Amino acid sequence: MPDGELADDEWHRLHPATPLLRGGLLLIAVGGFLFAQFRERLLDFVIGIADGRGQRGGGPGRDGDPLDWLIRSGYVPLALGALVLLVLVVILLFWLSWRMHTYRVTAELVEVRSGVLFRTHRKARLDRIQGVDIARPVLARLLGAAKFEVQVAGDDANVKLDYLRSRDADELRLEILRLASGVQAAKRASAGGSAGGAGGGGAAGIPGAPATASARLSGFVDDRVQEFLAPELDPNAAPPQSVVEMSAKRLVGSTIASDATLWLLLLIAGSIVTVALSGEFWILFTAVPLVLGFGSYQVRKVIKFLRYTIASTEHGIRVGYGVLATANETIPPGRIHSISVNQSLIWRPFGWWHIRINRAARSGHGGNGNQQQQQNAIVLPVGSRDDALRVLHLLLPGHDADELLPVLASGFGRDRGAGDFTTSPRRAAVLRWFSWRRNGFGYLSDAVLLRRGAIWRELVIVPFARVQSVAASQGPLTRALRLGVVDVHTVQGPISARLGALDVRDAEALFAHVAASVVTAAAGDTTHRWGVAAAAGAPPLVIDRAGAGAGAVSQEGAPASAASAADEPDSADKRVRGEPEERA
Amino acid sequence: MSDTPENPSAASAVDERRLEPVAGDWRRVSPKYLRYDLVSTAIWTVILTFAVTLPWLLSGQRIWGLLLIPVAVFITLVLVLAFTPRRVRAIGYQLRDDDLVLRKGILFHRTVAVPYGRMQLVDVTRGPIERALGLSQLKLVTAAAASNVLIPGLAEADADALRDHLVELAETRRAGL
Repeated sequence: MPDGELADDEWHRLHPATPLLRGGLLLIAVGGFLFAQFRERLLDFVIGIADGRGQRGGGPGRDGDPLDWLIRSGYVPLALGALVLLVLVVILLFWLSWRMHTYRVTAELVEVRSGVLFRTHRKARLDRIQGVDIARPVLARLLGAAKFEVQVAGDDANVKLDYLRSRDADELRLEILRLASGVQAAKRASAGGSAGGAGGGGAAGIPGAPATASARLSGFVDDRVQEFLAPELDPNAAPPQSVVEMSAKRLVGSTIASDATLWLLLLIAGSIVTVALSGEFWILFTAVPLVLGFGSYQVRKVIKFLRYTIASTEHGIRVGYGVLATANETIPPGRIHSISVNQSLIWRPFGWWHIRINRAARSGHGGNGNQQQQQNAIVLPVGSRDDALRVLHLLLPGHDADELLPVLASGFGRDRGAGDFTTSPRRAAVLRWFSWRRNGFGYLSDAVLLRRGAIWRELVIVPFARVQSVAASQGPLTRALRLGVVDVHTVQGPISARLGALDVRDAEALFAHVAASVVTAAAGDTTHRWGVAAAAGAPPLVIDRAGAGAGAVSQEGAPASAASAADEPDSADKRVRGEPEERA
Repeated sequence: MSDTPENPSAASAVDERRLEPVAGDWRRVSPKYLRYDLVSTAIWTVILTFAVTLPWLLSGQRIWGLLLIPVAVFITLVLVLAFTPRRVRAIGYQLRDDDLVLRKGILFHRTVAVPYGRMQLVDVTRGPIERALGLSQLKLVTAAAASNVLIPGLAEADADALRDHLVELAETRRAGL
């Protein structure tokens, strides 16, 4: 498929198997079940005749069976007709909903229209994209389909394209991200060549429509098999030095040696003690579902991250995972609101670290609410110290590795180190028994580092450009101890950037520095059009008045947002031009 | 509550334990807000005291121990009422060049700075008592739920003017998420 064909301002349809994947399968399952039941009855019926008993001689209790009644009263053809009609209507509805479900990508927006009776029309501005997520559940993978989701800030604001052709999905993502990055058409053409080689892969041989149906079928099967066996991350898609791979041994080990396991063991020990003391054995059984649930959750987590990869691509960080059902997300630069690197005491002997991030978008894939969201925040499930540093380097682009890494590394430890951390005073030991020596803050040129915890070590990194507000607070106890608390507010997520038990003067300094840096960083931030900044070198100040809030606009008639974005340079020009006129 | 200085700027000089991240002249809320706060606290005092007295009223045998709860609640709320003037005086905000700073609280002090470019929307609301006194409260919403910036007790015209000013500032400094 030639490059750029999907993002051409035209309306496109989804994968033809979409109705099947979205709910048609249930229909088939129900049909199959009914058929199986029916076949049994049919068999009974035939055997009954052979026995010379006839259908009326069926066993007791069968009189109420509607099927028997149908056969008795001779409505069989009518019932069959109604059934066929019903199936046809359902198929027609599915087909209609597929026909009516279209999407298009323009230079400014991605739009989806869907629904037969109740039409919905959702648009998202490309410069508001928080990430692009491609998921391939097992069944969809078998059929060569993929779920596609453009993530936008806010709850349930994402634009979903379920399902696309697997290959189209990769290409569409590249296309959307390229448009969103603001790289202009000239550069796009040159980039197209390399991207076609990277993303397309096997696509080259397809055009020139195969003649026979059998050839096409075998081609389809070959494609599926190839896709299934291909590595999760195309080796051409990212430079190899930017990739972190998961070791299965470490993943399993880290899952076993986790806090959750510790709590589980404590719980089991507790219930055993209770049983021993009370002699009531049934208490043990209450723990069984808990253990099973916990076990299956952990096993699922291990399987999910078994083929985990993280890599830096032209358009941001790409995180991929999954063995049978695969998924991968691309997070463009500037969409990471805070980063937490942490390690529990159990992991310390092994030197393992875990990295999570806060993001503005809530992914809906796989449902399962909170748990899903927590997993989506994971950027590195477990990794060595070097892995963690490499991932952090990916997450904090624009830094020299030699400068950045020592600072971060000192964030892992307890000493002042290269980060020059300002730590809590000794009197803070009243509140931070073990961690007062470690509890402190440091700075990068474009981010603040908060280091805390002795048993659960954590380093929180918040880029200044993503800070929403900053607060300093003090209660009666901290006041008596001459301490203060600083809160760096980012979008909601699993990480809270709060640092307590700081010396009052240090807390004031941190507050002042963050408040000042946020303003300058936000003014110079161009990541909503990351490609432009990269191309131009110097980051220009971009005034973006249009998209207040989430950026996803539903309902018809939304081109207004595109229009206002388009005439923005004009209005800015007018303002500039207006000034001399006033003077004259 | 050992120190109760009348003047907050003197307080920072006197008490170096106090967290005072932003110096300068604070804009105070309308003096009428004190009346509003006193009235609403008094109403709450009555309602809550009555609510916790209910168990005693309803218990047939008049268990006198149950009266301890309403008494405790009443005393707490009267203390809150007594400190209301100081609490209201502690509320202040500043419109700096690039951000808005709000400070609140004496016992539990909090100062928050919100860059204008980070405002997602500005809300002005009036309750029935506030309307009678000609007051409004102004709320800034950012993409972070924790920001929680609420300026109470602004004169109606001031609140509207401040809102328009903030929206204007936010537009010229819009900075995405």
